[in-house]
Amino acid sequence: MIRRALLPAVILAGLGSSAAAQVGGDPDRGEALFQSDCASCHQVGQGARNRVGPHLNGIFDRRAGAIEGFRYSEDMMLRADAGLKWTFETLDRYIENPRVFVSRTRMNYAGMADAEDRADLLAYLRLFSADPADIPEAAPTAAAVDHSVDPEILAIVGDPAYGEYLSGECTSCHQESGAANGIPSITNWPEDVFVTAMHAYKEGVRQHNVMQMTASRLSNEEIAALAAYFATVE
Amino acid sequence: MKLNRRAFIGTAAAGAATLSAPRVMGQDSGRPRVVVIGGGSGGATAARYIAKDSNGAIDVTLIEPTRAYYTCYFSNLYIGGFREMDSLGHSYGTLAGSYGINVLHDWATGVDRDARTVTTAGGYTLGYDRLILSPGIDFVDGAVPGWDISAQDRMPHAYKAGSQTELLKAQIEAMPEGGTYAMVAPPNPYRCPPGPYERVSMVAHLLSEINPTAKILIADPKQNFSKQALFEDGWRNNYAGMIERIGPDFGGDDVEVDPEAMTLSIGGAVENVDVCNVIPAMKAGRIAEIAGVTEGNWAPVNATDLSSTMDENVHVLGDSAAQGDMPKSGFAANSQAKVCANAVRGALTGSSVFPARFANTCWSLIDTDNGVKVGATYEATEEKIAKVDGFISDTGESAEVRAATYRESIGWYDGITADMFG
Repeated sequence: MIRRALLPAVILAGLGSSAAAQVGGDPDRGEALFQSDCASCHQVGQGARNRVGPHLNGIFDRRAGAIEGFRYSEDMMLRADAGLKWTFETLDRYIENPRVFVSRTRMNYAGMADAEDRADLLAYLRLFSADPADIPEAAPTAAAVDHSVDPEILAIVGDPAYGEYLSGECTSCHQESGAANGIPSITNWPEDVFVTAMHAYKEGVRQHNVMQMTASRLSNEEIAALAAYFATVE
Repeated sequence: MKLNRRAFIGTAAAGAATLSAPRVMGQDSGRPRVVVIGGGSGGATAARYIAKDSNGAIDVTLIEPTRAYYTCYFSNLYIGGFREMDSLGHSYGTLAGSYGINVLHDWATGVDRDARTVTTAGGYTLGYDRLILSPGIDFVDGAVPGWDISAQDRMPHAYKAGSQTELLKAQIEAMPEGGTYAMVAPPNPYRCPPGPYERVSMVAHLLSEINPTAKILIADPKQNFSKQALFEDGWRNNYAGMIERIGPDFGGDDVEVDPEAMTLSIGGAVENVDVCNVIPAMKAGRIAEIAGVTEGNWAPVNATDLSSTMDENVHVLGDSAAQGDMPKSGFAANSQAKVCANAVRGALTGSSVFPARFANTCWSLIDTDNGVKVGATYEATEEKIAKVDGFISDTGESAEVRAATYRESIGWYDGITADMFG
């Protein structure tokens, strides 16, 4: 931080505390940032699908909230209706601090403070947007799944009514509206992602003391019930 | 006949009932009736879940004297300068408007358990099929010699949030340079076990900014307290030399105050203090005692549905309840309320009743971006709500973990208040 604060002083002058990213970042470095910060929720590349977050193919110059079949937060749709379009500048501002830009976004990401990091990340995403017909022939980025769950567990069909009762234990912290502010949104996740995440906590693969404690006493059926309920919460 | 229609912010149906039958009011005939007394973490949650999940099949009335409810949790952060008081205030408009709950801003003053009615200071009588009491805490008379509630303007407790919290902060800000803030800490059991010690942390934070030579003196009747290692570690690292705690071995359990002279006597040694924050011993909110469901200071309940051991049609939630292992916290009251709501709804409408399960987590802030937490899960047994499993933050955690814990606590605040007030 100190090194960067000293060198590009000319560029930073007059921009106050937050500097805008400059077009022309390093896409290789951006790919690494994507994998570490974004890929647990977003896919990009050939065949990318909506997961916890929408896929990011062709994001540049796309209207916000425009991917069919993805349920966006109310605030994102308000911004979309007001004409928000994803450009280098708007993506830069959103990624820098998502909740400042779209206040009740479901994207539970604290933000990428470093302008150079954002430039690199956007340079990477730009590869999948240059021309919608020209998406590189790469496999979609694998969601950063830290755990694999027995297919038999994934196949359990959850009872959403039981899930609704059990959800009371979740909604002391996670908001039913999907708003995320320091605690992630858990609404409208694909059921397999939800089940996988809960089993990762249950088995101690994912670290979080509250979540490990909560997951440890949920049965496979109860986790499936919660996944079924939260997948449908409006 | 005097009608106080403004007291009710409930539905149009409630208003009509007021006009036709002013003193037995607010409730349709036909639908089962639930009356909830107390609009905090237990009561607001119970009212909302019963109304929401029964889709209007149950008539729910919530009696709460204040129109703006200020949460006790995070009120220490107001003292530390991390929150505005406005951000802790919540109103009942959504519960009335979107959930059809009859919200009555009034004091409940009587409960007739044979007739199943509640009377209020405003002169109303409300019938119930189930009564849910969630009145929080009151203070035990004479617990701190020299202090009674009439002394709260000179020696605030600030243990019910709002004007008391503002008064305490104003007194701390007005302390002379190098002055002394004293706290008389309460004996167990009491609301929010880490609360007094988070408060000390927040007072220390404030003083280190505006009055760094000031001192903090705690008289404590308890040998040990919640998150003790975490707090003491934080105090050593962040507020070295500022905080002195006197436990029971040195007279912390033998205190007397003089609000006129602004003195605090600890084990017979009289100290002049500039601020004296007296947090007396606590008991169940007074209406629980009036209803005759207390035994000693608290109201014993069954673990499966929070029903009183003395009356199956009365439930007691949160701080007032003697339920077993759960701490008296807003999180615990919210957790108990959902179990109770499920059981009450099942009893009144025949809906499915699922097994009770409880959880609690308490976050505390020690200094800027330095949050810690403790939590546990609980289950219902024949005797009590019993602890299953738990965790606590480590003293050796990195700054990143502490900052993440603080951010998480902010998310929790938004989450639980949305869960209570809609």
